[in-house]
Amino acid sequence: MDTVLTLQAVSKQYPGHRAVDNITLEIARGEFFSLLGPSGCGKTTALRMIAGFEEPTSGDVFLGGERINGKRPYERNVSTVFQSYALFPHLTVRGNIEFGLRHKGKRFAGEMDRRIRAALEMVHLENKENRRPAELSGGERQRVALARSLVLEPEVLLLDEPLSALDPKLRKQVRLELKSLQRRVGITFLFITHDQEEALSLSDRMAVMNRGAVEQIGTPEEIYLKPRSRFVASFLGGMNWIDSGGLRPEVTHLGAEPPGDGERSLPATVVHSVFLGNFVQVQVRLASGETMIAETGRRDVAFRNGDAVHIWWRAEDELHFEAEARK
Amino acid sequence: MNRLRNAFLAPAWVVFTLLFFAPLAVIAAYSLATRGTYGGVSAPASLESWVRLADPLYLVILLRSFALAGVATFICLLLGFPLALFIARAGARRNLYLQLVIVPFWTSFLVRTYAWMFLLRETGLVNSALMALGLTREPLPLLYNNGAVILGLVYGYLPFMVLPLYATLERMDRALLEAAADLGARSWSALWRVVIPLSAPGIRAGSVLVFIPCLGAYLTPDLMGGGKTIMIGNLVQNQFTTARDWPFGSALSLALMVIVMVLLMALVRRGGEEGML
Ligand SMILES: Nc1ncnc2c1ncn2[C@@H]1O[C@H](COP(=O)(O)OP(=O)(O)OP(=O)(O)O)[C@@H](O)[C@H]1O
Ligand SMILES: [Mg+2]
Repeated sequence: MDTVLTLQAVSKQYPGHRAVDNITLEIARGEFFSLLGPSGCGKTTALRMIAGFEEPTSGDVFLGGERINGKRPYERNVSTVFQSYALFPHLTVRGNIEFGLRHKGKRFAGEMDRRIRAALEMVHLENKENRRPAELSGGERQRVALARSLVLEPEVLLLDEPLSALDPKLRKQVRLELKSLQRRVGITFLFITHDQEEALSLSDRMAVMNRGAVEQIGTPEEIYLKPRSRFVASFLGGMNWIDSGGLRPEVTHLGAEPPGDGERSLPATVVHSVFLGNFVQVQVRLASGETMIAETGRRDVAFRNGDAVHIWWRAEDELHFEAEARK
Repeated sequence: MNRLRNAFLAPAWVVFTLLFFAPLAVIAAYSLATRGTYGGVSAPASLESWVRLADPLYLVILLRSFALAGVATFICLLLGFPLALFIARAGARRNLYLQLVIVPFWTSFLVRTYAWMFLLRETGLVNSALMALGLTREPLPLLYNNGAVILGLVYGYLPFMVLPLYATLERMDRALLEAAADLGARSWSALWRVVIPLSAPGIRAGSVLVFIPCLGAYLTPDLMGGGKTIMIGNLVQNQFTTARDWPFGSALSLALMVIVMVLLMALVRRGGEEGML
């Protein structure tokens, strides 16, 4: 693996609070890597230590093999897309893109104009180059923020929840564009989000964070299908908890009769069902009083509230956790 | 709805009429009268006072007032900007520092001006100290010159610069500074290309708040300038006191007011275009 960015046992201690706890990460060149975790788990803090806005309390940050602890943000060949975008309100779209080229992009002197034009085209803002940020839509601002950073060709582009300021509909569309943009420019993206769907659909690899620590690193498939802890399992989708571990709702089935040998099953009563278009989500109560969720195809038998059913699954679909999350 | 609005606006109109428009009308009328022998005004109406305004002698005083007020405003900006920036970044201590900026207002401006004179006169504290240290043998002429007037003006009006600057700087999004650093700007570039342009509204407001009272100042030039450095405010004052020429004093102050208003409107229009004042 051609590693571009390494965090080596990095921690950040604020007075009375450990925001980042001993994180070790290796990110490959050209990779789309996500940091996923709930609000307050230390994602932004981790990103800020890479950008140079904060210094680690302990641990090392390497960029392209060089240790960059203590370097100022303007000395690091990374660039940040801020959650609020932080566009300069007094500069035009072009002025915002030019800003970085004049400072960090000195090596591009002589081809500034060509680069600005290419950046504007890349984000489809050619005809808006003379507008101020206040005269742009949310999606357009987001694209200016991207263009302003990408034009510098940083070794790593750091994105702090860049989609969270957009409305949900736009968010899905921009998500696709972001991914194809990353493929085209080939720049390493370190993408922060608390939205599991975003992380799963965008990432080549991802790290799930909890309370300042990394719980698991892997591809989206590995993390979804083989979560190492209860925390990771439940953060990345629905979970039914059973004695031996857990089950995803989509591999939990319902039947009027007990299934044949080899399947595991429990008797239950239907409490509630929700029609979700392409499938039906059914909540059932076990004899023990616990509830479980099963997802069934919409063509399957319709279950009514109060029906006595059998809930069943295949043993190989059970998830078992080697590393237990600190609760 | 409209009636309610009028009811709420009525007190403001009364106050404005009584305290602003009425005196202004009186002054306008005075400026068109003939000078009375012992002050005051008498008939007949005359344009003489307005004609006299064109005298180069008064033009010189007007220009000097502009120059002194301009220099004082500029120095206030140079001193006030770093101070406001410092206070805006001071975290929990900001309120304390803001209080300190305002503390001088607790005593009379006259008393504070005399305190400066006490410091700066030939036998004053500063000169005594310099001589005691052997840095100078003769007392330095620190008082009764243009420099002293500018010092007095800067001292008196600096808070009016600091407060609006602080207000804009304090509101400024920290992320913009981080973005500037992220895009490669060192502190000085970030200051020039981000902080200062974004403080334009505060710079403009502070400059107006300092420049206008400086232009009309009469206490400071009178006391610290020792009467040598006459500014337009002193000229107006003299017309109503020693010179006993009320019509000319009225014409002078109206002319000054018109000039200031024209300047102010130009500035507000510019601010409006940029959508920033
Ligand atoms: N300057 C600071 N001083 C003290 N505590 C801080 C500071 N900055 C962040 N924290 C704390 O560190 C923790 C992690 O913050 P961080 O901003 O990294 O979270 P996050 O994962 O980005 O959350 P979100 O998804 O809400 O943005 C939080 O509990 C926060 O309160
Ligand atoms: Mg955050």
